[in-house]
Amino acid sequence: TMDLPHHGYRATKQRARAAPPQADPVLFEDTSSSASAMNTQGYYTPGYNMGAPSSDMQGGAGMDNLFADPMANAAMMYGSSLANQGKDMVNKEISRFMSVNKLKYFFAVDTRYVLKKLMILMFPYTHQDWEVRYHRDTPLTPRQDVNAPDLYIPTMAFITYILLAGMALGIQKRFSPEVLGLCASTALVWIIIEVLVMLLSLYLLTVHSDLSTFDLIAYSGYKYVGMIFTVLCGLLFGSDGYFVALAWSSCALMFFIVRSLKMKILPSISADSMGTGSAKPQLRLYITVATAVFQPIIIYWLTSHLVR
Amino acid sequence: MAFTLYSLIQTAILCTNAIAVLHEERFLSKIGWGVDQGVGGFGDDPGIKAQILNLIRSVRTVMRVPLIIVNSACIVLLLLFG
Repeated sequence: TMDLPHHGYRATKQRARAAPPQADPVLFEDTSSSASAMNTQGYYTPGYNMGAPSSDMQGGAGMDNLFADPMANAAMMYGSSLANQGKDMVNKEISRFMSVNKLKYFFAVDTRYVLKKLMILMFPYTHQDWEVRYHRDTPLTPRQDVNAPDLYIPTMAFITYILLAGMALGIQKRFSPEVLGLCASTALVWIIIEVLVMLLSLYLLTVHSDLSTFDLIAYSGYKYVGMIFTVLCGLLFGSDGYFVALAWSSCALMFFIVRSLKMKILPSISADSMGTGSAKPQLRLYITVATAVFQPIIIYWLTSHLVR
Repeated sequence: MAFTLYSLIQTAILCTNAIAVLHEERFLSKIGWGVDQGVGGFGDDPGIKAQILNLIRSVRTVMRVPLIIVNSACIVLLLLFG
């Protein structure tokens, strides 16, 4: 009965590198079952399929050939199970701080979405429908809904802004690597400050909106697109081009922020309208307008030193 | 105004310290910001003052022990490295 599994196994591995060791049938059985188990765990056990070809069976066969020593095989199995435990533990710890699924939602973009969003950021005046569409209580991914915030554009815009700042400083012969790091951390700190102030004001005014922290980071990061456009125009067309581009992108960004946040912060008609004070809608309006006005200030602050 | 991440950490520590040293009976009650003066109506929307008082009280409660640790570490580091 031992021969039949052997035959079946051997029959399927005609393209194996070398003949498996004939001496130890127990070893053969053990490593094949554990080898296939290891291989089905995907690519998280690196380095163990040394020289493994594409198919799993052949990977198992290759491993058989390389490690004739049962101790090494046992050690490999133990090491792979340890690596899997470590991977699970890291995932669990990370998901305690921030939900990875929520983060994945923000990066589910495609080219069409990015292009449309960039156009809306630069010219929002013709966009008609600003409502974020839902699908059974969960917001749609950015792939399906242009109005949904995403984190891909802010991240890319931030990195592009840092590179552009380095280039601008290099053109003016004021470049050094420390300045680049300083520019990057300054921009990052301003984002953190803005998000914290927004969170604080939303908490103090008990605005029960569904703006999560990541949403606020996304809306804060959209200003970097305007900054890149401004710096480019400043570099290409001099000081006049800089101020024209600054005015244009400030107006566009203010319009975009007010229209986007108005839906989320200001209460809808069917909200808790038990007469909770007429000061509430005004304060919420103040928050929205203050956020919008803050954008051009920070754009000017972060880019004026690049374009002299 | 060039910020580094180190200055952000410094700012955060200083602000948290400032909120944590506001003493309850010596100072806050005297200016009408005590614990008993915050909870007004039982509606679903407490006012701004109640939220601020809540925030101060919760920062004091939550960050007391971590602040002790962080402040001690800062003192040692500043003594050693200037």
